[in-house]
Amino acid sequence: MKKLLVGTLLAASCVTSLLAQAQDPVRIGFITTLSTPAGYLGEDSRDGFQLAIDQENGKLGGVPVSLLVEDDGLQPARAKQIIDRMSLDGISLYTGVIFSNVLAAVVNTATKDGFYISNNTGPSSLAGKQCKPHYFVASYQNDTIHEMAGVAANELGYKKMVILAPNYQGGRDALEGFKRTYKGEVTEIYTKLNQLDFSVELARVRSLAPDAIFEFHPGGAGINFAKQYGSSGLSKTIPMVVPVFSMDERMLAATGDVAKGMNIVTLWNPGSENPANQAFVKAFSEKYNRVPTVYAAQTYDTARLIGAALKSVGGNTKDPAAFRQALRDVKFDSIRGDFAFGKNQHAVIDWYLLRVEADANGKLVQVPVQTIAKSQVDSFAAECAL
Amino acid sequence: MLLLEQILNGLQYSALLFLLASGLTLIFGIMGVINLAHGAFYMVGAFCAAYTASLSGSFWLAGLAAVIGSALYGLLIETSIMRRLYARDHLDQVLATLAVVFFTNELITVLFGRSPPAMPTPEWYGTFVEVLPGLMYPVSRLLFIAAGALVAIAMWLLINHTRLGMLIRAGADDHEMVGALGVNIARLYTLVFVFGCVLCGLAGFMAAPLLSVEIGMGEKVLITTFVVIVVGGVGSVRGALAGALLIGMVDGLGRAYIPQLLDQLLPAEVSGTLSGGLISASAYIVMAVVLLVRPRGLLPARA
Repeated sequence: MKKLLVGTLLAASCVTSLLAQAQDPVRIGFITTLSTPAGYLGEDSRDGFQLAIDQENGKLGGVPVSLLVEDDGLQPARAKQIIDRMSLDGISLYTGVIFSNVLAAVVNTATKDGFYISNNTGPSSLAGKQCKPHYFVASYQNDTIHEMAGVAANELGYKKMVILAPNYQGGRDALEGFKRTYKGEVTEIYTKLNQLDFSVELARVRSLAPDAIFEFHPGGAGINFAKQYGSSGLSKTIPMVVPVFSMDERMLAATGDVAKGMNIVTLWNPGSENPANQAFVKAFSEKYNRVPTVYAAQTYDTARLIGAALKSVGGNTKDPAAFRQALRDVKFDSIRGDFAFGKNQHAVIDWYLLRVEADANGKLVQVPVQTIAKSQVDSFAAECAL
Repeated sequence: MLLLEQILNGLQYSALLFLLASGLTLIFGIMGVINLAHGAFYMVGAFCAAYTASLSGSFWLAGLAAVIGSALYGLLIETSIMRRLYARDHLDQVLATLAVVFFTNELITVLFGRSPPAMPTPEWYGTFVEVLPGLMYPVSRLLFIAAGALVAIAMWLLINHTRLGMLIRAGADDHEMVGALGVNIARLYTLVFVFGCVLCGLAGFMAAPLLSVEIGMGEKVLITTFVVIVVGGVGSVRGALAGALLIGMVDGLGRAYIPQLLDQLLPAEVSGTLSGGLISASAYIVMAVVLLVRPRGLLPARA
């Protein structure tokens, strides 16, 4: 009798613990930049991720999840505090960071016992020799976009270019990346970080009379640059080639008509016929009443990637080896086209060239011109020993 | 010809710096307040301009809205917060005005959202004028220079030839004495503060079509504005003009010619980073040199 009782109790407790396991949602730590002028990047990323969860009624890949969003304020120190706290709480799956310097502060803690899946930045320092088994980049490797801009400039037939970027690590990487693939003659101009006025540099561009320019100025500086490029009259004679971060959808709205004719190199084509993409753009616009940016798109993709991996392990993230394998072999309908992870666990994706043009209503849109590269592997993958 | 164009570019930056620095220097010189929130009024002006222009389509109405908007916000901040700070020490002032910066940034986020708004401009704004034979210069930038010059003249008239100007000069010299002589010093303070905000609003309006209208745009320009008033001599509008011209020109011509000069003197790998560093430091190097030679600035308020 006693045995039976113990047996029943044991069985019951097993069932309840199994039930509990099935009901406990997988917690995802989402550390992103919501304040500061760059706050819209984090806002769009968060909303893109949330959309994927909402479309499955609180689940990703059929597994219940709960999203814990924290604002890093673009401060690595604050991000470190947040991740330490989340890690103590037992969270083991992270994403959301926008900026490389913030990522550098969280990546070690995040990948010690858990996984970090990058939805935006993929710095070169973590793509080559320093690649990590629990670190995945679902977005892109930072240098690739500038290398693709170089390829696009070659294909557009520009022989002589002026290339401009702010004088900090990201800016120098941009110009180096561009030069790695561009075959023509270049003049480099470094601007100050947080420079407001580019009249001096623009006068120099005019005197150099290049076939085209390449510039990397994210955020407010990029809007300033494009506005002043337009008001100086240069936009009519010298075309621009820019990575999408120098002219995302929100910046385009703030820049206005002078952005017409800009060549934009990007990892996501908002007008793509891909049914998953069409559904995403429609759902995002309806839910948030605004056009999604590339940040929203790639974070939505990240969420669905996580969903696919969770599904294949049945929601069990307790076995790191199995979850890692599930991520490496992940199959999902990416809104960006074909998707796979490379040797260094960075996204191998297609790259597109878009051009800013006015549509029938006079509204500025990004019109696809061509695919620059299919399934492009980044320049650092070969150095990674994973 | 390129040199002339670069000089005009330098002048235009000087005009922006002067509009911001003249108000800041008066507030600092007269009330003794370190006003870190000065850039916030510039941002308020720019947002008011962009919002009004996109609603009404009128460029000049946008200018009016910018000036009125930042004046009203300035009046609110002065009467509710600044007034309590005049008698306190600089640490309290820095903390309180920094809080105003954060508060204003959040307020603008709540009102206008995080996306930077566009400022539509009329057709003529995007055209060019032949300043000298062979030198085409955008109307937008000429307008900026003209605004700076007009404000400089107007302030000279105001300060040297009106009763209010006399009180401002007296206040900058010895505000306790002015109060003791029966002048309503509280009202003078409010007036000067709001006047500074009006100039910020004007600067915000002029900058809105050229620069990105965004949260935190004031903080970016504030540090250089402080450099300008320190170089010019704290409390002196003439000093602010001299400082703005000096810093604007050094920045403009430095950015134009330092890289080219160093490219000829040094190998390419060294010159790139060195010129970048020199350009970023140029305003501070000028400030250090000026302070070594004239510790009270170029044209201090009290001779």
